[in-house]
Amino acid sequence: MSDTLVAVVFYGLAIFTLSGAALVAFSRNIVHSAFALFATFVGVAGLYALMSANLLAVIQLLVYAGGILVLILFAVMLTSRIDEARVSNHAWGRQPAAWAVGGLTAILIYVAVKAPLKAPMIKGALGGPAAFGDALLGPYVLPFEIISMLLLAALIGAVTLARGRDAAEAAKLAKPAEAAAPVQAAEPAQAAEPAEAAEPAEEVNA
Amino acid sequence: MIIGLNHFQVVSALLFGLGLLTIITRRNAVAVLMGVELVLNAGLVNLVAISRYQTGGLDGQIFALFGVVLAAAEAVVALAIVLQLFRARRSVDTIDVTDMRG
Amino acid sequence: MELQTFNTLWLIPLFPLLGAAYAGLLGKRIHRRYGELAVSLPTVIMPWISFAVAVSAVVTLAQAGPEVALYNRLWTWIGVDWMQADMAFLVDRLSAVMILVVTFVGSLIHVYSLGYMKGDPGYWRFFAYLNLFMFSMLVLVLGDNFLLMFVGWEGVGLCSYLLISYYYRERDKAAAGMKAFIVNRVGDFGFTLGVFLLFWGLAAANSPSYNPSIQATTAAPVVKRASAKPDPAKLAEHVAFQASWGLAGAPCRSHQALGRASTLGGHAQGHHVEGHATTSLAFRHVERLLEDPVKREGLLSQNVLGLSLVTLVGLLLFLGATGKSAQIPLYVWLPDAMAGPTPVSALIHAATMVTAGVYMLSRLHFLMALTPVAMTVVATVGALTAFFAATIGLFQYDIKKVLAYSTVSQLGFMFVAVGSGAFWVAIFHLMTHAFFKACLFLGSGSVIMGCHHEQDMRLMGGLRKLMPVTAITYFISSAAIAGFPLFSGFFSKDEILWKAFDTGNVILPGGGFVLWLLAAVAALMTSFYMFRSYYMTFSGEYRGGHAHEAHGHDEAHGAHGHLPRESPKTMTIVLGILAALALAGGYVGLPHLWHLPNLFEHWLAPVFEGSAHTLKWAGYGHGLEWGLMITSILIAFAGFFAARWLYRDHRNPTPQKILDSDRRLVRGVHRWVFNKYYVDELYQKTVIQPTLVLSRALSIFDTGFIDAIVNLVGLIGRLFSMLQGWIDRTFIDGLVNLVGDTVMNAGRALRRVQTGRLQAYVYSLVAGSLLMVVAAWLMAA
Repeated sequence: MSDTLVAVVFYGLAIFTLSGAALVAFSRNIVHSAFALFATFVGVAGLYALMSANLLAVIQLLVYAGGILVLILFAVMLTSRIDEARVSNHAWGRQPAAWAVGGLTAILIYVAVKAPLKAPMIKGALGGPAAFGDALLGPYVLPFEIISMLLLAALIGAVTLARGRDAAEAAKLAKPAEAAAPVQAAEPAQAAEPAEAAEPAEEVNA
Repeated sequence: MIIGLNHFQVVSALLFGLGLLTIITRRNAVAVLMGVELVLNAGLVNLVAISRYQTGGLDGQIFALFGVVLAAAEAVVALAIVLQLFRARRSVDTIDVTDMRG
Repeated sequence: MELQTFNTLWLIPLFPLLGAAYAGLLGKRIHRRYGELAVSLPTVIMPWISFAVAVSAVVTLAQAGPEVALYNRLWTWIGVDWMQADMAFLVDRLSAVMILVVTFVGSLIHVYSLGYMKGDPGYWRFFAYLNLFMFSMLVLVLGDNFLLMFVGWEGVGLCSYLLISYYYRERDKAAAGMKAFIVNRVGDFGFTLGVFLLFWGLAAANSPSYNPSIQATTAAPVVKRASAKPDPAKLAEHVAFQASWGLAGAPCRSHQALGRASTLGGHAQGHHVEGHATTSLAFRHVERLLEDPVKREGLLSQNVLGLSLVTLVGLLLFLGATGKSAQIPLYVWLPDAMAGPTPVSALIHAATMVTAGVYMLSRLHFLMALTPVAMTVVATVGALTAFFAATIGLFQYDIKKVLAYSTVSQLGFMFVAVGSGAFWVAIFHLMTHAFFKACLFLGSGSVIMGCHHEQDMRLMGGLRKLMPVTAITYFISSAAIAGFPLFSGFFSKDEILWKAFDTGNVILPGGGFVLWLLAAVAALMTSFYMFRSYYMTFSGEYRGGHAHEAHGHDEAHGAHGHLPRESPKTMTIVLGILAALALAGGYVGLPHLWHLPNLFEHWLAPVFEGSAHTLKWAGYGHGLEWGLMITSILIAFAGFFAARWLYRDHRNPTPQKILDSDRRLVRGVHRWVFNKYYVDELYQKTVIQPTLVLSRALSIFDTGFIDAIVNLVGLIGRLFSMLQGWIDRTFIDGLVNLVGDTVMNAGRALRRVQTGRLQAYVYSLVAGSLLMVVAAWLMAA
């Protein structure tokens, strides 16, 4: 692939990715945000592929676009009431946030541009799935095992969290939560709130 | 025109900035999560790019892979928490969740 | 003495203990939930199981031969240097008699209590105490050494306190319990001192420095005896004995050897033990030590405070015995002990507690036989007690008081026997007395219950028709205690009188004759007051019912106007059994005079063999013995007919005339005796009031002087601490508060940072990163 072609593809992918990300950041509708996120993931996968990290690109598509995004969509669907989907993506304080983040990003870009980094990509194959497998079960076997433990922990944690308590308790729990719902809009954190309701909230903030 | 490491890093920085903006400005917890995913992706792109231009070898990709796995785990747990939160409060607005206020 | 291991001996005291634990710990709840029987049945069964085990033990003992004792060692209780006390039970022929009497009569009393205590609110408590009493008494009797005996000794004292003040809501009854306890304490003081002194003396007599030549002379008989029949238990005993008394080798006080020897117990591996001088607390070891003439001399030659040590020991132990067995001067608690429920009186008087003193002195016969002075004191005190208690008994109106004084009197007889050196007779009388006195007490309980808790005999009468079983059993027992021929009391009491006359072991002017005279007069009075009580209670017409004004106690007894009724079956059956024994129980100890085998003496002979050669007898002929026997028969009948003439059917006016007599002498004597010689008042004046005065004086000294010092110290302390407190509050607290306030204010200020909003944290994160970049830039520039 010629450099020019690479450049064209790169810019195309970069614009695709960044416009997706911008849509995630600025869209009014959260469902749109979610779909824009999909575009971003695909774009990033393309960037991986451009850097001939083919396996990673595939994994990016599978895990991010296929798995995480679906999860996020589920969450969006489950947590938003359909009728107010349009205004479900409130944003606040855009202006100061834009200043702060813009400053940080500007610095990052400045560094990236000014840094004397190598231009050409390293040639040659970097190893396909076989090399990946060897590396994972060779020098990286310890992080590999640790990450598997992490996955297991996340699995159990997610199940425990999502299941809540026992069915009976969950039923009991639903009632005060519903009763308290209208009040919460006015007074977000009440001391008098039922303990069952308060507990998951703490977990979120922790 | 040769696409260098700088280009990728600029893309990564912009991605990071947009993710951060999402995290800061969004009030919906799920949207905040999306921002987190963007930031993570920016980091991973950076990793792969550096490994591609500077060091060669698989190290960067392996780290990126672990990053993907981490992101998956994080997303699963975080979404479970969000669902619990929603079940308890009928809302996933981060402004409503200020129990940790000092 | 050979020891034969019998591993179930410990079960004998265990079962009553279990019963006590059951009733005491769970009884209240069980009583409430399942009723009275659920409480009482297990506790009543427990003594019967003990009795069964005791019978099996005694059967084994009887088959094993005369020189054998059953032994059951549980564990080493105390093993400190030279002092060794095991948790061990021993049944020789003496304790065999005791455990049979205690378990059997005790069990019968338990059965009787089923009926007597029915409906009592403290039902469970009563049975728990009763079982505990049995346990304590059995430990006392079975204990293999002084310390274990003392455990039982104290346990019995405690239980008597608990049971006498059973109706603790009534002040005088609670006070009676305390009196029993305190008076017993005085006796226990004597007992412990006696034991301490004895061991002090033994340790000195046994020390190798006393006479180093003992090995040659003493090892021989022991070895001979041990090698006669080489069975393992005997060998072990022999070795243990040698090990503990240091007879086998050169005397040395090696602590190592001691340690090894103390572990020997039943092992036969101790032949190599060097041997050492040590002192054991086991009765049999003391006895065997005193068989050795050199050591006996060593003990006898010691003096304490100008008195022979052995005599002092004997007197102190006798003081202990007077406490438990209610002799002069410590008998005062026993009549007051009538405050307890009647089965308790029966248990204390007949089977258990009061016999402890007699048993203890008989157990230590080898020691008592060494000291004629102590023997004389024992016999004299016994005879005087028998006499004076009998005189008091003549004028009592309370049926239980009569029986109480008769117990005191009969115990006096037993001590006459002990003091005369006729230990087996003392035990014989103890046994027969257990039967007829238990029967009398339970009979009186039956009467009291029938008469709606009336104890005054003047308000009874005519009960023979109303309560026939009680009347018959009461008559049989009265005949037995009075010594009617062929009743059990006759054999034992006659034997005591004869032995007292015949004794050569007392150093009294007039010798045994004085003892005999006092005892014989006491026997005459015994016969009189027992039949007096019988005729006052059972003959004539019923005088109760309306004359209750004089004697309160009629609350909650709605059935006052009704005539007494016979008691329930559980009570009358027990009365029948005991009466049968009172009638026939004496046939085990027939007098020699009749040329019939005296089983009882034969049975106990091996136990008292050790002291037999030290005792002396005057050796009067058979003619005199016949004469004395006929005299005592006449005495018994004289008392009987006198009582019958004076009190039968309440018709003879003579007693009333005597009471109404104007002659000062008659009135004075009557008042004197009726008020029990004012002994209680005497004690009140001489012991109790001085004690109170002293304690009051000490209390004044305490409050006036000691307290003042203490208060002064306290005041200084308070002033000092007030100063310190001020410093504390002002400076230290100020500093501490300053620190605390600073932290709190800082926290209050800083808590605003924790908004709880997610985005705010991210903001600060971004701002922080920016700041760091700028800072790095500036520093690089």
